[in-house]
Amino acid sequence: MDSRSAGNLLKEKFPEAVAGIEEFRGEITVTVEAQKLFAVMTFLKQSDDLSYDMLIDLAGVDFPAQKLRFTISYLLHSMKFNNRLRIKTMTAPGVDVDSVCALWRAADWMERETAEMFGITFKNHPNPKHILLVDDFVGYPLRKDYDVKGPNFDRPFQVSLEE
Amino acid sequence: MGVEPAVPATVQEVVNWARKNSIWPVTFGLACCALEMMVASSATYDISRFGAEVFRPSPRQTDLMIVAGTLTKKMAPVLRRIYEQMPEPKWVIAYGACACSGGIFQSYNVVQGVDQIVPVDVYVPGCPPRPEGLLKAIIELQKKIAVEPAGQRSLVSLPWGNNG
Repeated sequence: MDSRSAGNLLKEKFPEAVAGIEEFRGEITVTVEAQKLFAVMTFLKQSDDLSYDMLIDLAGVDFPAQKLRFTISYLLHSMKFNNRLRIKTMTAPGVDVDSVCALWRAADWMERETAEMFGITFKNHPNPKHILLVDDFVGYPLRKDYDVKGPNFDRPFQVSLEE
Repeated sequence: MGVEPAVPATVQEVVNWARKNSIWPVTFGLACCALEMMVASSATYDISRFGAEVFRPSPRQTDLMIVAGTLTKKMAPVLRRIYEQMPEPKWVIAYGACACSGGIFQSYNVVQGVDQIVPVDVYVPGCPPRPEGLLKAIIELQKKIAVEPAGQRSLVSLPWGNNG
């Protein structure tokens, strides 16, 4: 099934979860309610008609003016039908989103990065540690209101060899 | 003014002479500057003219750390650990703008100069510096080693350290 039909099937199957379908130059983007995300993703992966068995990318975006300021974008690929589908979901600080690690192992590191950079918490993540930042880092650098130098820029950086 | 003596006068001078002519660097490249460091060991630039061509994969066999590239805060403990693993005497060259001062990365995740983590002997500015810059730094380091006074560093290096 191509990605356009996949979007329509999702709308049919989850009418209350799908908030909208956009098409841009043949790329289909489906916006999904965050609460229903895991059910939709499970269907996308496990349905034989869709078979989105590969997670290509997972990224966060910050739109500070919006009420649900964070958008999480999932790019899925179906090896069986050779097409791609983008899923978007919106969330806000303090509102958890379900982790999709149980469906795609590839989500592990990408969710960790999204979590530390934006301060989004992924529920049921198997290993919710920092991945790129130092362990005791405070702040969320990829938020639009973060100063790129950070709070301790002009102070010497201390390292500790203690484990 | 006078004729230089053919044989160095003191043990310290002999030791300094030996040290400065066989500086073994640790293989440690962090970013694009590392490519210039590799080129410096190629036939064109030939770092072996200065006895510094033996890039050792183990810090335990080295004298010199060339910090070639951007040091992120995540990498800083690793850099410090490798430095601590090197036996005395040891020297450090900060190679490139990022290693010297953080360079263009005035950012939350980059250490603004490796001298916050390890003591640096020679700074080489440039983005990246040419291989000649590294050769110049090694020559400057050799000059520095040649005049090291007695007692500044121990003459022998024991595997378990010199402090007991």
